[in-house]
Parts: sequence; structure tokens; C-alpha cells
Amino acid sequence: MGTSVFYFVATLSVIFSLLVIFSKNPVHSVLYLILTFFTFTVHYVLLNAQFLAVVNFIVYMGAIMVLFLFVLMLLNLNKDNEPLKSNMVKIVGVIAGCCLLVTLIGSLKATAVSDPVLLRNPDLGLLKNLGKELFGPFMLPFELSSILLLSAMVGAVLLTKKEKV
Amino acid sequence: MDIAFVIEKFILVTIIFAISLLIAMYSTYAERKVAAFLQDRLGPDRAGPFGILQPLADGVKMFMKEEIIPSNASKWLFMVGPGLAMLTACIGTAVIPWGSAITIGDRIIPLQVTDINVGILYIFGVVSLGVYGVMIGGWASNNKYSLLSAIRAASQNISYEIAMGLSIIALLLVTGTMSLKEIVEQQHGWHWNILYQPLGFLIFMVCAFAETNRAPFDLPECETELIGGYHTEYSSMKLGFYLFAEYINMFVSSAVMATLYFGGYNYPGMDWVLLHTGPIIGPLIGTLVFFIKIFTFIFFFMWVRWTIPRFRYDQLMHLGWKGLIPLAIANIIITGIVIAIIEKF
Repeated sequence: MGTSVFYFVATLSVIFSLLVIFSKNPVHSVLYLILTFFTFTVHYVLLNAQFLAVVNFIVYMGAIMVLFLFVLMLLNLNKDNEPLKSNMVKIVGVIAGCCLLVTLIGSLKATAVSDPVLLRNPDLGLLKNLGKELFGPFMLPFELSSILLLSAMVGAVLLTKKEKV
Repeated sequence: MDIAFVIEKFILVTIIFAISLLIAMYSTYAERKVAAFLQDRLGPDRAGPFGILQPLADGVKMFMKEEIIPSNASKWLFMVGPGLAMLTACIGTAVIPWGSAITIGDRIIPLQVTDINVGILYIFGVVSLGVYGVMIGGWASNNKYSLLSAIRAASQNISYEIAMGLSIIALLLVTGTMSLKEIVEQQHGWHWNILYQPLGFLIFMVCAFAETNRAPFDLPECETELIGGYHTEYSSMKLGFYLFAEYINMFVSSAVMATLYFGGYNYPGMDWVLLHTGPIIGPLIGTLVFFIKIFTFIFFFMWVRWTIPRFRYDQLMHLGWKGLIPLAIANIIITGIVIAIIEKF
């Protein structure tokens, strides 16, 4: 049952991600992106990573995408006032996209297939175990990444106050 | 997964859903009665004795009215908006423990749909999704007042979610678990979390008012500035869904506050009553007490609505970012220090 659910949700993820790119209206794009993130949440639940699932739900679907939607509604982008892009820009975009695709395929080929025997503890994603891992062996990187986020936040606040300083 | 388990959960979900809708229905009636009482009026008294059938009359009216979809609206999203508002309002009830387990024969039936070990975070996630119904509906209406209201709702929800999350962190420091069932059981015998986290409760409650868009934080539907806010273009039952979702949200957040801070289904003398009433009636008395606590909170929501005037938008942001967030952080630090001292000595 788990596998069939996985394939179903994975198909939905791919379809919604494609709709993000192909829909003309930016607000529709964001809404499809929210659905894509929701399918990711389901994937995390299937992997027994409850904490990650809920955090993905809260942070990505509940906060970041609300901000995306907020900005898009504020800007009110639509087809009438969309700036015309020159052909040069389009060609550059296609080349850059293809380069990214080649890199991704290359890196996927380089990685080995994950070994199920190595995943010793299937309950690692549960809250208690994850907390012990994060604040035990991975204490330093965890704290460092939080400082990184804090500095980004301070930077953003400073940028908005540029005129007054 | 045996079939009895599925049936048991199905019945439980149905009952909870029906009760949520019933309470939301009669909250609309209670709201008018409370407003009337506070303004020295009578309130609805025509339909049935004391106007008790008023919600039914309202429901019939909502269903019968003409349904209008503006021609320039984004048709699908216009319909998705109210549905989403209703859905996110209802799914929050899944993790709330309504009472201690009932024993029928040799079968133990927990009065909780599911006890996931990230219960609080689940509630928090559902709350943060709640704004999408308002945002999508407001945007899809293609009306500038609705759009302004949607934008207001988004920024208000995001601002107050932060303070809400921080107040929950202080609570988690005290309880040490995220499962709502365990949190309730820890509060057995007057160990109510309100006694340990009074400031945290105050912050949580203010944020709950803001998240449910209730007065004095009802800026998304501020009539004097925005006509009807995000539901200006809505009519018929779609409008009804939006109004209904607000009352269900109020019910769910009252239930969450009673669970987290006021001992859930615990009450003084509970063990004695449980011993003397048996394994079926006893837990149901607990559930009754829980609902009394919920109704008290719902009354408080209404009391505040008809007493305190609405905030201005800059005051709202000021309170959220400069008032509640620093206060919540201070609360976390103080709680942490106190817990460290208690563990040390």
C-alpha cells in the first residue's frame, strides 16, 4: 500500500510542479506551488518523518507561501503590464535552464542508490529522536545555521532602514 | 487496522463534526443575544421561544438567496475560497482530546481522533493555513476592497503567528511534550498550565483573537473602511461559509486554550466522581466540563467583541511586533531560567 500511495503522490507532485511553470497567471503559479509543497508534506509523512512534515507544512505552506502570495497580490502582476522580454533574454534563459538540468542529471547519476540496510533507525524522524540528534552530535552546525539565519534577518532589516543611517 | 477501529473513528469524527457545526450555529445566536444584552436590547426573539430557531431561519435564508459570481472574478478560486476557509476551520478538531477514554466491555475508546506526537504543531499548521481561504477569496473577487482585506489578513496572520509560536515554546518548556493528550493528563489535579504560564496564556489568547479575525482584530472585515472586507462580493451560502468558518475557528481556538492552559477535561474532585459513576458516565462528565470551559471562552470572545473598539492598522502592527514578540521572548527566557534553577536545587 505504501508504494502505491507514494507513486500516486509523486505523480501529483510532478503534475503540480509542471503547472507552477506553465500557468500564465502568477497567483495561480503560487497556488500550484502551495499544492506541490503539500504533496511534499505527504511524502515526509510516508517516510515516517512527522516533525519534518509538520514543519514543512507550517514554514513553507503556512508562512513563506503566504508571503509570496502577499507580495504577488500587492504587485498585482497580470498580462497587460508584463514587460516584453527580448529574444536574447529568452535564449539565455533556455541555455541556463539546460545547464542546470545537465548538472542535476549528472549529480543524480553520480549518487549511489540508497541502501535500506543503512537506514538503521526508521523512527529517526520522530520528534524525540530528531531533537536528540540535532542537539547531540549536530549541535555546532545546528547553532551555526541559526546564526546564519539571524544575520540574514539583521541584514534585511538594515537594508530597509538604509536612508536613515 | 481492524474494521471496528475504523467504525469507531468514523463515528467519533462524525460526532465531533456535527457538534462543531451545531456550536457554530448557536454561536451566531449567542453572539446576537450577548450583543443585545451588552447594549441593553432584546436581540432575536421572533423565531421560536426566545428566538431559539433563529439560526435555522438564517440557514434557510442563506441557502435560498440568489448566488452571484461577479463576471470578472476568477470563477474557480472564487468557489475554492469559502470551501478552504471551512475545511481549515474543521480539521483542527482532530487532535483535541475531548475526554478521558471510555471503557465499554473490554474495549477502550479514546475520545480523541488521533494522538500524534506533534499535536501542538499540527494545530499551529492548521491555524497558519486558515488565512488562505480569506486570501484566495479576497483576490478572486477582483474587487479592490476585497484585495486590500486579503492583504491585511495575510500580514496580520503572519505577524501574530510569530508571537503565538513563541508563547507555545514557553509552554513546551514546562510540559516537555507536544502530544495534547499528555499535556492534558499532566494537568490532572490543579496543575493547570495557566498557573505556570500566566503571561504565555495572555499572549496566546491575544494571538488567538488575531488569528480568528475577531474584534478588536477584525481589520480584514473592517466595515467602515472596506465595505465587507474579503467577502464583499460573496452572497448566499458562500458568504455563510465564511461567517460560519469564523465561529468554528472560535470554537476550535477556545478548545485549544482550554486544553493547553485550563486542564482540558480535568476538574476538581475528578477521581472521586470517576470512581462513583463508572467507566462510561465518568469520562462523559469530564467532556461536559471541558465543553463548559469552551463555552466560557466563547462567551469571552463575544464579550470582548462588544466591549473593545477596533484597533487601527498601525496599532495592530505595533502591538504584534513591538509588544507581544519581545514579551513572548522574555517569557521564554524567564521560564528557561526558572526551570534550570528548579532542576539544579
